[in-house]
Amino acid sequence: MAFFLEVLIGGLLTGVLYSLVALGFVLIFKASGVFNFAQGAMVLMAGLALVQLFEPTYIGLWHFVGVGALSAAVVGLLVLRTVRGGTFAAAKGDWRIHLPKIVAVGAGLLGGVLALAGGAKGWPLWLAIPAAIAVMVAVAWVVERWVLRPLVNQEGIILFMATLGVTFFIDGFSQTLFGSNVYPLNIGLSKDPMFLLEGVFEGGILVNKLDISGGVIAGVLVAGLAVFFQKTRIGRALRAVADDHAAAQSVGIPLNWIWFIVWSVAGVVALVAAIVWGSKLGIQFSLTFLALKALPVLILGGFTSVPGAIVGGLLIGAGEKVAEVYFPVVTKFLTGTAMPGGVEYWFAYVLALLFLLFRPQGLFGERIIERV
Amino acid sequence: MSAPRTRTIGDTLLTVDRISLSFGGVKALTDVSFDIAKGEVRAIIGPNGAGKSSMLNCINGFYHPQQGSITYKSVKRSQMRPHEAAAQGIARTFQNIALFKGMSTLDNIMTGRNLRMKTGILAQALHFGPARAEEIEHRLAVERIIEFLEIEHIRKTPVGRLPYGLQKRVELGRALAAEPELLLLDEPMAGMNIEEKQDMCRFILDVNDEFGTTICLIEHDMGVVMDISDRVVVLDYGKKIGDGVPDEIKRNQTVIDAYLGVSH
Amino acid sequence: MFYREAGQFKTSYGRDMAVFPIAQDRIAIGLIVAIAFLAVPFMATEYFLSSIMVPTLILALAAIGLNILVGYCGQVSLGSGAFMAIGAYAAYNFAIRVPELPLLVTILLGGVVSAMVGIAFGIPSLRIKGFYLAVATLAAQFFFDWLFLRVGWFTNYTPSGSVNAPQLNVFGWIVNTPTEKYLFVLGVVCVLAVLAKNLVRGHVGRQWMAIRDMDIAAEIIGIRPMYAKLTAFAVSSFFVGVAGSLWAFVHLGSWEPLAFNIDRSFQLLFAVIIGGLGSIAGCFMGAAFMWILPIFLDIALPPLGELVGWKMDKATVSHFGFMIFGALIVFFLIVEPHGLARLWSIMKEKLRLWPFPY
Repeated sequence: MAFFLEVLIGGLLTGVLYSLVALGFVLIFKASGVFNFAQGAMVLMAGLALVQLFEPTYIGLWHFVGVGALSAAVVGLLVLRTVRGGTFAAAKGDWRIHLPKIVAVGAGLLGGVLALAGGAKGWPLWLAIPAAIAVMVAVAWVVERWVLRPLVNQEGIILFMATLGVTFFIDGFSQTLFGSNVYPLNIGLSKDPMFLLEGVFEGGILVNKLDISGGVIAGVLVAGLAVFFQKTRIGRALRAVADDHAAAQSVGIPLNWIWFIVWSVAGVVALVAAIVWGSKLGIQFSLTFLALKALPVLILGGFTSVPGAIVGGLLIGAGEKVAEVYFPVVTKFLTGTAMPGGVEYWFAYVLALLFLLFRPQGLFGERIIERV
Repeated sequence: MSAPRTRTIGDTLLTVDRISLSFGGVKALTDVSFDIAKGEVRAIIGPNGAGKSSMLNCINGFYHPQQGSITYKSVKRSQMRPHEAAAQGIARTFQNIALFKGMSTLDNIMTGRNLRMKTGILAQALHFGPARAEEIEHRLAVERIIEFLEIEHIRKTPVGRLPYGLQKRVELGRALAAEPELLLLDEPMAGMNIEEKQDMCRFILDVNDEFGTTICLIEHDMGVVMDISDRVVVLDYGKKIGDGVPDEIKRNQTVIDAYLGVSH
Repeated sequence: MFYREAGQFKTSYGRDMAVFPIAQDRIAIGLIVAIAFLAVPFMATEYFLSSIMVPTLILALAAIGLNILVGYCGQVSLGSGAFMAIGAYAAYNFAIRVPELPLLVTILLGGVVSAMVGIAFGIPSLRIKGFYLAVATLAAQFFFDWLFLRVGWFTNYTPSGSVNAPQLNVFGWIVNTPTEKYLFVLGVVCVLAVLAKNLVRGHVGRQWMAIRDMDIAAEIIGIRPMYAKLTAFAVSSFFVGVAGSLWAFVHLGSWEPLAFNIDRSFQLLFAVIIGGLGSIAGCFMGAAFMWILPIFLDIALPPLGELVGWKMDKATVSHFGFMIFGALIVFFLIVEPHGLARLWSIMKEKLRLWPFPY
């Protein structure tokens, strides 16, 4: 029994991590109707950016300077936009037209110098995390400007395939730049094992503290996102855009800006996922495969449901761990020969597939009334 | 509309008996009954949201009413899928055009004949032989429809590129290709200008005259409805509030109050 | 000027239905096929035949299969690699367990088994659509990856997990040299491509496209969604399965499950997108593009890197290739969602009018 509980809890906590990735998918799908296959690649990108800023010795000082400069430039531009407002009309020849360039270059230089000052020690966490967010904002900008904007009003499936392209691009880009080694990330989350319920079972149940902190972080993130979506003006605009691009534009919602925001938020979620995953396994290319596990989670939870992503993640995480351990035992009992292990590899997908047959819209998805 | 029309209106083709339909808590149709006679042009009118399209959706099996029954060709139907209704000779067009946008006019109308094409998948893969003969046979039928609707010039054009009026015409062609006994038209003239409406009226009456197809249409243009239909059903808030020949409907006080406005 | 259809009148519907209604097109395609069969085998090097032509043709066949499902029937699949694997392993098992079967039958049986599994995995498509289905097809991918890797029966309990194709004996013709392999593959692919074209221009093809463009309307005009979708899954999986067994038997010779992993699925999907959704000819262009570009990059990138003083190792080249692929996919979707095939037909349209602008 204690062993079963240990497996179950271990699975649930892995599930939290799946949920974190699934959450990024849900956000973008809810807000822009785009099924963003690149979420996994974004986790990798965010992780690499953070590890580069936090521990520059892994890859190289000049990479550090580059990432630092980029993040500073993004922050500079965002500050400029906030100060000056969204649109700025200037007469031709007005020097202020060049203000964004000046700010970007200036802030970039500052960031580069800061990085050099940090040197091999890197930046402290309070600086590295916002800077990594800034990098993800830059990714969001690039995606919006070069992928989504030219594809506005295309069918969902075309946009989906475009995100497949983005996935390949980011995977290739980050590996070309940062190589494909494993970079351990240690930002101070304890990895010590911990024993629960020692009074109930002999020896207690072994749990990793890191998983617990991951769960807490995920909870905080979800709460924050829920508030963002339900209570803010931007949240409402997001939901309008998801429903109909053209209609949202016609009531004056700036589509491009909204998309930019959504992808930035998804970038932040990706960074959180990268921090938790990275602390556990190190930042490495295989993170993008783990992100594929978020897809069955989505099916289980429904594409548009934040709670669905959480519950789905927990179910999948727990289910596959239990299946992994007990599948050979059960098949031996049923058929006389033990089936081989490794079912973790497909269990989540098959579970999701079977589930779909009974409830096509997922656990929390909305049932669609079709009209003609 | 000027030529004298000689037609025979026969027995009842379809009876709708006390149908109720609701989505969650919203009642779309409440206790609606009416019938359609063979060979007639039957109109369903009513304000927006009166349940007219829902009614058509029930008749061709897309929605399943919670209560009541539909008797078609003297067979009482329980639940059936839309393609089964199609197999029994019910075709329709849609309020918002539902053409296959990636296909040409010709292919769209050819799909209308799908129920009549029988060659198996292997024969089609070989193409030469029975599949080719069948294809040509149905192509002939489709060409007759294309000629009838005067859309020869757009035969090979992808329908997504056609203007609205022509798309409506292609959609009618696709429905006609099935050689239906009962043709359901959901606002066939919505968004058309006068000439296009006249053309469409002509096509509808010609179909009715030449092929003896029974027609049930939803339309908002009262002039058109009163001109071309034999009998009219009026729905309001999912309930039937009037049923009869156009002249009766024009005089029906409930209908005038609910729909045409009290000042009429 | 030479590309005109003036004076070519069709006098029957049969003539009008032809795949290439324009005489110049018929001549051109006839020439291409003749060159492929008669000239290429004698002029090309062995490397060119075995490393470029054979894999490209087989990938094109698989892309045709996938295109039937995605491009014609509108059901997105991310699991086509699995169906290639099913074709390969089914053919392998037929070959070792029933050795008296002729090779061609074995390969086709691989396709048939794949078609049957395709129907089983197509059943969810009756209830779910779009992205949900795409994710469901991933279930096939991962499940079969695991099955062929872990369950020994399928690989005849070979300890390494890698299996060898039997000798290629096509009714007495031993297919051995690259030239022979090329001719064999070319023959199979040509026949199957013609069959595919016949299907998509016929009655069932119209049903698939109707389901793709508007499934509700399709059902209302009498198309049975179950029949249309499941035939699409079956036919698609058959083609992909045959391609898989060719890939294993003719191209690889010996293989392990890794040859058909999710990367293969994406490769096929990209070939379909780049070639053109809903185009058979496009599959050949897309497959050629997907197969030849990485080879080209392998050769071209390192010297280019040297120019700017960047020593690229093999891994870097492949990462860089990823980037280029990703960018190209996005580029194609933006410029022309219908792919190379559409660009080609636009070019022909221009050529018809040349030298006049319109």
